[in-house]
Amino acid sequence: MKKTYVIDVDCANCANLMEEAAKKTEGVKDCSVSFMTLKMKVAFQDGADAGEVMKRVRDNCRKVEADCEIYL
Amino acid sequence: MNRKQKLLLIRILVSAVFFVPLYLLSEGFVPVRPGPAVLLPLFLVPYLTAGYDILRKAFLGIRNRRVFDENFLMAVATLGAIVIGEYAEGVAVMILYQVGELFQSYAVGRSRRNIVALMDIRPDYANLETGGGLERTDPADVPAGSVIVIQPGEKVPLDGVILEGRSSLNTGALTGESAPRDVEPGAEVLSGCVNMDGVLKVRTTKEFDESTASKILDLVENAVSRKAKSETFIARFARYYTPFVCYSALALAVLPPLFLTPGAWKAWLLRACAFLVISCPCALVISVPLSFFAGIGGASHRGVLVKGANYLETLANVRVMAFDKTGTMTKGTFSVTGIHHASMDEGALLEYAAHAECASSHPISRSLRSAYGRTPDRNRVTEIREHSGEGVTANVDGVAVAVGNEKLMERLGVPFRSCHHAGSILHMGVNGAYGGHIVVSDELKDHAADAVRELRRAGVEKIVMLTGDTEAVAARVAEELGLTDYRAGLLPAEKVEYAETLLKACKPGQRFAFVGDGINDAPVLSRADVGIAMGALGSDAAIEAADVVLMDDDPLKIVTAIRIARKCLRIVRENIVFSLTVKAACLLLVAAGLGNMWLAIAADVGVMVLAVLNAMRCLTVEKL
Repeated sequence: MKKTYVIDVDCANCANLMEEAAKKTEGVKDCSVSFMTLKMKVAFQDGADAGEVMKRVRDNCRKVEADCEIYL
Repeated sequence: MNRKQKLLLIRILVSAVFFVPLYLLSEGFVPVRPGPAVLLPLFLVPYLTAGYDILRKAFLGIRNRRVFDENFLMAVATLGAIVIGEYAEGVAVMILYQVGELFQSYAVGRSRRNIVALMDIRPDYANLETGGGLERTDPADVPAGSVIVIQPGEKVPLDGVILEGRSSLNTGALTGESAPRDVEPGAEVLSGCVNMDGVLKVRTTKEFDESTASKILDLVENAVSRKAKSETFIARFARYYTPFVCYSALALAVLPPLFLTPGAWKAWLLRACAFLVISCPCALVISVPLSFFAGIGGASHRGVLVKGANYLETLANVRVMAFDKTGTMTKGTFSVTGIHHASMDEGALLEYAAHAECASSHPISRSLRSAYGRTPDRNRVTEIREHSGEGVTANVDGVAVAVGNEKLMERLGVPFRSCHHAGSILHMGVNGAYGGHIVVSDELKDHAADAVRELRRAGVEKIVMLTGDTEAVAARVAEELGLTDYRAGLLPAEKVEYAETLLKACKPGQRFAFVGDGINDAPVLSRADVGIAMGALGSDAAIEAADVVLMDDDPLKIVTAIRIARKCLRIVRENIVFSLTVKAACLLLVAAGLGNMWLAIAADVGVMVLAVLNAMRCLTVEKL
């Protein structure tokens, strides 16, 4: 299952950090963050609850970049 | 400017207004010279106004065990300067850093909007016909099969078929081609085109998400998430680079005063701070994806859709290319290209042929009718009989006419003369005697030969034509194209096999591209390093299968695509080399004590500004 989320972040490096943080989150199979379009594409592992996983993704992203936002 | 940017601008202005008189005061331009106890709190006002968010982020970073980001670098560098007593420099660096941040965020926002504007094909509304008249609605709410009205000057919101009205459509946003396309009832219209002169009534055939405009936008937006190698390289580079410079700065602050010049703590600390300021990797990290994004945006403006930044990279290195014949280099439609050995007036022969074939819808029959130029009168034709695999016999105006291949002529006992021309040969029997033969063949596209020549000029070393057609036809087309290399009579599976051998023959660093019309070439398109589909406007299959999609069917666009890719890659390399060189040079200068904090901030912000401006050049692809 794949979903796309709109994000808000200020710098390109932070977008890279968010991508890494999201990839390491449990339940996420793959993730790609585009700073240019301000979008995050997430592929979830089978059977994962997207809503729950995304909350964890957002928490993890906030740890690496305090000012980021993911619109769930 | 958005809210965040406006706030930052105000903070910068306020702190600058505070800073200037303080600077004059501390540098002794005024007779009074207050001590540090007075100066420090005063300087902290502009410092905190400009940089409180940086300090906060740096603190949060440390708490989350993530040091070594740019906030951390800036916080340490500026606080370090203040601790040593260089208040003015610490504050100035913070203010200038924020100026750089503001510029970066503004420039990126601007370019994002510019690129999106280039791809401005998203329709805003649809005029839906309801029982009581027209209703302006969101195209996403219009179900397939509805009737909509498109006024002159409006964008076609959804794909559909024209019920009433004639007009010219500007397909420029989709194909990059400026020549308008004339449409009439029954014709298909695609969303994203602009209706130029007449009012059109259209029955929609697709929902918004399935319409051409949405699909193209989706494709271009997704393209950015397939990252190019140089992008991942930069991301990985930044991960190791920042800790590296941090430790270097630490070493620079501690080691020389311990061993080299004992006791000169202040000078070396200041150098270490400047070192940290320069080391910010922003210029690289921002300019590389920005270049690719601009390149993809510019290309789509020219009707070349690139499905990922990685394909731009591959496209730039294409040295071996194979292409399909029918529909790629030829028009894929048949037309009469010659009438030979006619025993009667050629026009009369064509008239007989067109009438005898009037019941058939085969492309060859259609080419006869279009060469005849008028609609055949079916009342003049009787006793039409199709002879499978041979041709047609019929009675036209009481005359027995036979149109077909050599087998038909042999069976009917008509003495015929075979033809050495490539193409489909239609022999004609008229009243039992030989009437001559008509050659029907596929024509080359207008720019096909130019495209092959331009490809060679662009450095493509090996160009091969692969076709399922006969040897004779392939040889003729290859000659007209100026090609020596072709393979004829290939089945689809054999095309894949041959593509494999071409792939193996590529030298390291060389890439293999296949160009096809995307409908029957899907296996080869996906096997090649980069698959290019042509004439894909309105064909979902082609858009799915290929990595690069040329919206119209002009073969010269293949060259355009390669040139756009090369320009984009060149700019990416320029940016990488430029920012790394300038940074390395400044780091050395500062470490050697030849630069100061002011040089440091100029290097950091200046490199970033130049790299962003350079990246934006990827957008200009008009003259390629």
